[in-house]
Amino acid sequence: MKISFPYMGTSHIAISYLLSGLGHEVIYPPAPTKKTLSLGVQYAPEFACLPFKILLGTYLEAVEAGADSLVTSGGFGPCRAGYYGELHKRILHDLGYPVEMLVLEPPLRAPVDFYRRVSRLVRPQTSWSNFYRIFRIGWEKLRTLDNLEARLHELRPLTLSQKYLTAAYEQGLEGVRAAQTVDTVKVAGAEAIVEMGNVPLDMTRKPLRIGIIGEIYVVLEPFANHDIEKILGEMGCYIHRSIFLTNWTRDNTLIDGEKDVRASAVPYLNQLVGGHGQNSIGETVRYAENGYDGVIQLAPFTCIPEIVAKSIMPTISRDKGIPVLTLFLDEQTGRAGIETRLEAFLDLLRQKRMQQEAS
Amino acid sequence: MRLCVGDKEKEGDLVRVGIPRTLSFFTYYPLWKPFFEALGAEVVVSPISNKALLDEGVRETVNDACVPIKLFHGHVAALKDRVDILFIPRLVSIDGKVTLCPKFLGLPDMVRCSISGLPEIIESRLDLKKGRFELYRFMFRVGQRITDNKLRIIGAIWRARYSFYCYRKLLLHGFTPLEAFPLLEKGIIPPPKVNNGEIKLAVLGYPYALYDDYVSVNLLKKLEGQGVSVVTPEMVPEQMMKKASKKLPKNLFWYYSNRVVWASIHYLQDKSIDGIIHVTAFGCGPDAMTNKLVELEAKQQGKVPCMSITIDEHTGDAGVDTRVEAFVDLLKRKKGIL
Ligand code: SF4
Ligand code: SF4
Repeated sequence: MKISFPYMGTSHIAISYLLSGLGHEVIYPPAPTKKTLSLGVQYAPEFACLPFKILLGTYLEAVEAGADSLVTSGGFGPCRAGYYGELHKRILHDLGYPVEMLVLEPPLRAPVDFYRRVSRLVRPQTSWSNFYRIFRIGWEKLRTLDNLEARLHELRPLTLSQKYLTAAYEQGLEGVRAAQTVDTVKVAGAEAIVEMGNVPLDMTRKPLRIGIIGEIYVVLEPFANHDIEKILGEMGCYIHRSIFLTNWTRDNTLIDGEKDVRASAVPYLNQLVGGHGQNSIGETVRYAENGYDGVIQLAPFTCIPEIVAKSIMPTISRDKGIPVLTLFLDEQTGRAGIETRLEAFLDLLRQKRMQQEAS
Repeated sequence: MRLCVGDKEKEGDLVRVGIPRTLSFFTYYPLWKPFFEALGAEVVVSPISNKALLDEGVRETVNDACVPIKLFHGHVAALKDRVDILFIPRLVSIDGKVTLCPKFLGLPDMVRCSISGLPEIIESRLDLKKGRFELYRFMFRVGQRITDNKLRIIGAIWRARYSFYCYRKLLLHGFTPLEAFPLLEKGIIPPPKVNNGEIKLAVLGYPYALYDDYVSVNLLKKLEGQGVSVVTPEMVPEQMMKKASKKLPKNLFWYYSNRVVWASIHYLQDKSIDGIIHVTAFGCGPDAMTNKLVELEAKQQGKVPCMSITIDEHTGDAGVDTRVEAFVDLLKRKKGIL
């Protein structure tokens, strides 16, 4: 099988390791570009959400590059994401690409199906024990990647040299990519953390603290959000991202975790609405209670759960005194527009902070 | 909780229950109306959708919401000063399998956060995934908000059930909800409607888009005027829906969207239709998927002509008119009628 997979943030490093470790030929998905998006836009329904379009574009590029199978995750709603795989498959087939889609449904909802799909991936080339070994290393890689990224967010507003910091971070990514055992992954991660800490810092700065919430794909994939974390970091803000792949996979595929966040949401939205809708509400409450200066909500245009969340935001904002900026992203969103809106938002936050300090 | 309502009862006035004339209205009105009336309440329905209502809704909602949700807010705003209690149940699942669109799930919360000065709201959760009798338990819970008399609630459920049964029958006989409501009032169930149009079209879409003449810009009436007989998802018997659902490798996750897709499969299979019109709402999330599925199914099953109409805040009557006319003419010509 020549296999490819969706691109999301830095996870490709771990996923490609996993697949090639299982003995598949991996067609590396190209990082999404304007071209990817316009391919996706061309063949996707007009009101499909942005992630659907970018993924479709990615698949088309991967298929053109020779992939004959695609792995992706499934789901059972209530949001659209669970149906992505199925519809992508039908669109690709309709366009005359007979690819095989391995949609991994959540194991607890469809155990037999999950087992069958996974064994399609594992069995032909290798054994279950080998799978377990590879899986552990892949998992460790994912976790390390998340740790590095979290550290990067902490350091960006403090560093005196964005360039060195970025270089140290990217070197870390390479280290994680090259590592071949659980221990070397850990070592590579630890080294990168030290290396990033060696870049000179200005500890007297008191950066604005901003929470990033919203729909998972646009939060995790820099191409979809115009690298908003970097923009904010370079504007001198400390950002805390509510979603990391490892805590997401842990909580949503295996068990219904995140109980606390949801509990915080209950007074405002006492119902799961799919995607990250209820989490977005709960996280905003949490950020407010933890003294953050503001919250930025990222969502694809027409994203159902985030629209529900957005209509509730003003009430939370008022109750808890935390400003919230919502950015709906689609193929027409430009980087310049985002930057202007961010600047205005940051001005507001700075003023608010000055007033607080004065009183 | 029941304060204002209870006080009313003592004064001998009727409690006024407000029901917005959109979204689940077209599915459930014949159930709720007799129910509340038998409980001794007065049912107040918001006016028929119009421009002023929609404009009001647009002002109250986030601008990224779909048209039907905006319209719903308009209906609520129109009702809020005229009733003692608003009935906005949280419909989670009404077939026991899938949920409704997430916007239905968060509807009471959205409304509460967007419109100020609301009266008391009944927002009980209806989730038929919990079991077969959940509908009655739900109605019992709702009934307790109006009266303490348990026997009376049970009686009301019984009456509502009968009315609802008749309503479903009318729909299966080929009447649209708007035709069925007056028939229900009179208590007559005429025999199935005979379709004698020159061509037959499946007009697919959510009940709150199809049967709201303002939203659909009078589509159904216009088609009838052009000699087209129309069938809709509401006219497909339950067994047939079930059969159609088996044809899909994976079903969608939203009640109304599933029914649209299944209806399209059903009508495509019995080969009696000449074309499909899919009515979708601007900004509707599920429809992006529903529409594509309908289109692909139509293409697979023998290339039945398919057209979609997207309804937005400013759908000009004329624009839709010309497109529909052209589509109907095309089909007639294909059949050799023109
Ligand atoms: S959460 Fe939003 S972006 Fe994700 S599938 Fe649902 S509607 Fe689309
Ligand atoms: S199904 Fe579509 S039109 Fe209906 S509420 Fe949901 S998003 Fe709006």
